[in-house]
Amino acid sequence: MQIRSYSVVLSGEAGQGLKTIESLFMVLLQKSGYHAYIAKEFMSRVRGGNNTSEIRISDKRIGAFVDRIDLLVVLSKNGLDRLLPRIGSHTHIVGEEAYITSQKTEGILHPLPIAEKMRELGNPIFSNNLVNGLLSALFSCDADIAYQAIEKQFASKGEEIVEKNRQAFQMGLELAKTLNTSFDVKMDEKVKGMYALSGSESIGIGALSGGCNFISSYPMSPSTAVLAYLAKKEREYSIVVEQAEDEIAAINMALGAWYTGARAMVTTSGGGFALMTEAVSLSGIIESPMVIHLAQRPGPGTGLPTRTEQGDLNLALYAGHGDFPRVIYAPGTYEDGILFTHRAFEVADEFQVPVFVLTDQHFLDGEGITEKIDFSKLPTHNHFIKTDAAYLRYKLTDSGISDRGIPSYGDGFVCVDSDEHTEGGRITEDSEVRIAMVEKRMRKLDAYEDLQPKLVGKEEYKTLVVGWGSTYEAIKEALEEIDDASISFAFFGQVYPLPSLTYDLLSQADRLVLVENNATGQLGELIARELGIFFDTTILQYNGSPFSVEQLVQGIKGGQA
Amino acid sequence: MKKTRFDFASEIAWCPGCGNFLLLQLLKESLEELDIKPTDLVISSGIGQAAKMPQYVNTSFFNGLHGRGLSVASAIKMANPNLLVIAEGGDGDMYGEGGNHFIHNIRRNPNVVHLVHNNMVYGLTQGQASPTSPKGFKTPIQTEGVILEPFNPLSVAISLGAPFVARTFVGNAELTKSLIKQAIQYNGYALIDIFDPCVSFNKINTFAWYKANTYVLDENYDSSDKMQAMAKAFESEPFPLGILYKREDHKPTIEEQHPAYADDKRPLYERTRTAEELAHLME
Repeated sequence: MQIRSYSVVLSGEAGQGLKTIESLFMVLLQKSGYHAYIAKEFMSRVRGGNNTSEIRISDKRIGAFVDRIDLLVVLSKNGLDRLLPRIGSHTHIVGEEAYITSQKTEGILHPLPIAEKMRELGNPIFSNNLVNGLLSALFSCDADIAYQAIEKQFASKGEEIVEKNRQAFQMGLELAKTLNTSFDVKMDEKVKGMYALSGSESIGIGALSGGCNFISSYPMSPSTAVLAYLAKKEREYSIVVEQAEDEIAAINMALGAWYTGARAMVTTSGGGFALMTEAVSLSGIIESPMVIHLAQRPGPGTGLPTRTEQGDLNLALYAGHGDFPRVIYAPGTYEDGILFTHRAFEVADEFQVPVFVLTDQHFLDGEGITEKIDFSKLPTHNHFIKTDAAYLRYKLTDSGISDRGIPSYGDGFVCVDSDEHTEGGRITEDSEVRIAMVEKRMRKLDAYEDLQPKLVGKEEYKTLVVGWGSTYEAIKEALEEIDDASISFAFFGQVYPLPSLTYDLLSQADRLVLVENNATGQLGELIARELGIFFDTTILQYNGSPFSVEQLVQGIKGGQA
Repeated sequence: MKKTRFDFASEIAWCPGCGNFLLLQLLKESLEELDIKPTDLVISSGIGQAAKMPQYVNTSFFNGLHGRGLSVASAIKMANPNLLVIAEGGDGDMYGEGGNHFIHNIRRNPNVVHLVHNNMVYGLTQGQASPTSPKGFKTPIQTEGVILEPFNPLSVAISLGAPFVARTFVGNAELTKSLIKQAIQYNGYALIDIFDPCVSFNKINTFAWYKANTYVLDENYDSSDKMQAMAKAFESEPFPLGILYKREDHKPTIEEQHPAYADDKRPLYERTRTAEELAHLME
């Protein structure tokens, strides 16, 4: 296979500033016209340990994690230890001599006197921009863009700091020459007009485009960056951002905000969401719209706090006592992150149901480059009405959906009740009313139009791979590598309700392959239970890491994980 | 009984003789006397006999989950500061299940009236100890008497910076109405702990007991003196009634301080975003 992409891995300690390198390099790549993607993994600690980031650079749209390492930048003395199985004879390894020789590898070693250079500048912190200079030269990026970015990033710290970062960058450019190697990637002019963003940012942009103007949440990895993103925008975009005392308060506040006519969201992870489940049920009976961003990480319990897994589909599916409808989306790309979150607000408002956006650490912390969205094509529709004096919040209708009033807008009263209630929203134990209300709630999604699975590959296939959420890019790239026209991929961006085309798509295949980043194959179980369709091969992983392309190539071809 | 625009005809689920009947009437009269428009009011409550109050009032309400009435009330105020918001519930609802929200909403200081019916017992679940039950109080669960220290909502509220902290007894109609009205007119979080006898499950703390074990603070009492208020909050048998603490200068409320309201006072539902504004997000 001809290589048309490179994989650069930065390996260092927490607190060392990997983030500074990545964010600048990503902008540099995008503005220089390269497709790029970053996958991040880190330990649950503030300092020390070993964290790595994989940056992929390509001439085509790219978004998946690979095992392969073409260039490894070692920034700490234990930086090689966890990467040995991924280093081959093609891997260029750069870094302080002591670091890159701390383990025996087959890699091509390029010792660099980074510490010595930093002594000239007086602080090891500048090594971040030395690495940027190095990478910039190796991938022929436009250095002017880097200087502008450095200026912008450090201007507030004074001219001396800006100058030293500039010098560090130049040192990197010089050191790159000593490597006697370069990585040729074809530029794509189109990329210069695109936008580099993280998964978390995509959810935040989606929320803003969906009209979100209230977020109440409690910090929990990996969901917090969405809260931080909206907090950064609170003044400019008029969002009430409230850090709640706990997740229970967070979702109850969000329901109070929807009741008042705001568009509210919570962002949380499995353990935090578990605390919210009573209020999910409340949203069911009071028929409140609700948008829940559930950022998955491995459980049970506190699990692996900073790692990735798709283990909470069942939690989202069954959270909340009693019967009531819900919708669950799982974005696979950063464009999906924006579009699905926007859609979540629209669907929640129109159908008065809780809607989930199910992501995970791999999706959220990763960064990619995506086309700019034309927001004029993503309008929002507030469905609340101006009430009159005869207004009934839960008026029985054929669609099951009653007009939603909000307090003080009109002459009616808006009465919502956690107990079973009359059409007027007041407590009742009348059996006939109870039956009518249950049936009303359960038919609310009858008119809902599914987000159908996205078919990648030919419409005629023998083998169909099924996946959802953050595995999208890895499965897609694996199929490109396998290059077998008889294999297609059905991506479920809507995992619940199961889209109406699910049965037809799956029953056509001779062989069904399920890919899920969890231990039990939760979507597979749902499909088996609802449609009686079983998978021939299941590729599951629950070690806290995302699937690599290579793993899936092997798994899909060979029928084993 | 005086007629008000807040009267709502329905069957009421409280026990005959319950103090809640008195409070319901006093609340409606207070609202009427202040000429509150029924559509401008929202009552947020949780679960329990006290939390059923809004069901019997002609107004908008959010009768949500046990313990969460104050969280919802805060959010309603943050989403539309023009509404008059009352959070109402019992001692179990607001001080037990909702204890964490009680603490942190005082810190938020929303302009919300917080009415807590305090009967020192659980009514709806039939007679277990509440956070405010006195030591030694015997129940079907605390069979040999309550061991835990009773929760002191007033000292907690004052220590957390609540700007308006009061206590009343439903048996004193004039005082109760006067406090409710002052709380509504006060711009900031206003707590009224309301002694409200449970005739079915608390045979100790009865109407007669509350009457004998309370006294009204006289006009010489300086409610702006926080340390004195703290001392009053620790008094018991007799318990002082009236405004224990009222901050004289204005303490900024959360809804006044959120950046979303810095340049725009409209409720959130009136605001929109343009495609151009959104396009800036990807530049």
